[in-house]
Amino acid sequence: MDFLELINFYVIPGIVLGSIYALGAVGITLVFAILRYAHLAHGDLATLGAFIALAVVTGLGVSPLVALPIAIIATAAVAVGIDKVFYEHLRERPKIVTVMASLGIALMIRAVVQVVWGVDTETYSRGIVRPENYFGLRIRDREILTVIAMIALVGGLQLFLTRSKWGKAMRAMSDNPNLALLSGIDNKKVVMLTWVIVGGLCAASGVFLGLNTELKSMMGWQMLLPMFAAAILGGVGRIEGAVLGGLVVGIAEELSVLVIPSEYKAAMAFAILLFMLLVRPTGLLKGKVL
Amino acid sequence: MEYLGLLNYALFMAIFIGIYALLALGLNIQWGFAGLFNAGIAGFFAVGAYTSAILTTEHADGRIGGFDMPFFVGWIGAMIAAALVAWPIGKICLRFRSDYLAIASIGIAEIIRLVVKSEAVLTNGARGISGIPRPAAEFPSMAQETAYLASQAAYLAIVVVVLVAAYLLVERQFNAPWGRMMRAIRDNEGAAKAMGKDVEFRRLQAFIFGSALMGLGGALFAHFNRSITPEAIDPMVATFLVWIMLILGGSGNNRGAILGAAVVWIIWSMSEIATDRLPTEYAIQAKYIRLFLIGLMLQLVLRFRPEGLLPEPLRGDRRAPKSGADHT
Repeated sequence: MDFLELINFYVIPGIVLGSIYALGAVGITLVFAILRYAHLAHGDLATLGAFIALAVVTGLGVSPLVALPIAIIATAAVAVGIDKVFYEHLRERPKIVTVMASLGIALMIRAVVQVVWGVDTETYSRGIVRPENYFGLRIRDREILTVIAMIALVGGLQLFLTRSKWGKAMRAMSDNPNLALLSGIDNKKVVMLTWVIVGGLCAASGVFLGLNTELKSMMGWQMLLPMFAAAILGGVGRIEGAVLGGLVVGIAEELSVLVIPSEYKAAMAFAILLFMLLVRPTGLLKGKVL
Repeated sequence: MEYLGLLNYALFMAIFIGIYALLALGLNIQWGFAGLFNAGIAGFFAVGAYTSAILTTEHADGRIGGFDMPFFVGWIGAMIAAALVAWPIGKICLRFRSDYLAIASIGIAEIIRLVVKSEAVLTNGARGISGIPRPAAEFPSMAQETAYLASQAAYLAIVVVVLVAAYLLVERQFNAPWGRMMRAIRDNEGAAKAMGKDVEFRRLQAFIFGSALMGLGGALFAHFNRSITPEAIDPMVATFLVWIMLILGGSGNNRGAILGAAVVWIIWSMSEIATDRLPTEYAIQAKYIRLFLIGLMLQLVLRFRPEGLLPEPLRGDRRAPKSGADHT
């Protein structure tokens, strides 16, 4: 196998998959750092976003890219609603109770998707897309789009977090909640803003996963482990760490096929997760450990 | 005969309740005593089921074993195997907050599912292992119908004996200094550490004991069905049912865990009977609506009755009782 083949068949799909994981992992890292619990319904929220986009695509006959903002807004609204109805009143209890509630929410969201859209595999558009050839690199348009969208969304988020007043408030909550509350930051607004961002990122990762592969009711749940591995690998609370972690996990999963049977591709994320917890629980870029 | 069928159904239900009660007891050791979040119950269940199947079936070509051992060897083996799977996970994750264990246990359940599906040498792949011997199943002297009934009743008796033994052992531990120490670690880790308790090691103990009980539950299930296939259990549904059983029944209370298993399993299978009568085009959707409702039930219990039906018995609890005469 020559070098170009390695790039074309393993590294490029790995980067694309990694970008999708990165979008989800950024959301996980935000919830982990600001709200301080592991949100297990994250993957299924992504599934919901992907299927909302499907409804828009089939209903209005537009391209998935036009449906993406609609899915982002709708999923953000759902995320805020779930927080208001189910998580808010658990805030005073031990955080692990919310983790348990989120496991139940994961099941509920999946059930809604399965009732409304069924359990069959769906796609945004039929037919096979042939990759274009760029100096020997074979890349599909949607793959370029995925990576660019990830960079744009995460870059925008990073700007928001470092430059705007509310972004700074979110970071303050993440660094020291007591101090942040004492200096007059409105906790409710920060929590709501977090869920808007997290819901939107979930929808984006779901839509891009659906665009590059296919839509299944279990697609999000299967992304949960890689996304958590990415967030912990990068360092909890670090946006750029989550992106780095997502890319590493995505590329590692694709490359793992070269050495282990392809059935165990999904085990790669788990191995990375355990390895990081064992040797460096703070992650590559020093993050938090809860 | 109508009432024979009903009796058979009742026995069937009771056996399942017994098996789920074992799983809920195992989870109670982990969550109720020690505050450990295990979201991979189905994984430990599968390890137990397959271990016992490999140890007790007759020799078969194309896969390891069929060691033809007596059933109790298989059941002990199931417990040991589940404990061995739990050990490294606990060793790595229990140093951190329980969120990490939740993620890792989802992961281990997923890996076990992959191994079960693809390692045909071990598990016979998608066809599964059949011909698992069932203790006390043959009653040659009776008529066919009553013999079946007798074998069901005999198996129920075995399940009840195992469950009562497990209950007595766990309850004894709950009241022993070990149980008090576990609750101390759960409620205030820092204080327990300051008292000189080895928090990590004790958590590991609770995690391993609980997982072993889950493995035993898996073995009981495999021997009851006489076969085990990858499709026998839906990992998320099984895991989630056990969670709602424990939370509804009352985490930290062993009798609550058993009561919760009975209540939830009866609701779950009754709703299945109800939806089976629907026309087929609605039947599939009804299955998912049931899943939605069971998720909603957890949210409602967490919100309105977090202590469950039978709250944890706390000695010398001076906090004002929240719900009337529940505390003594």
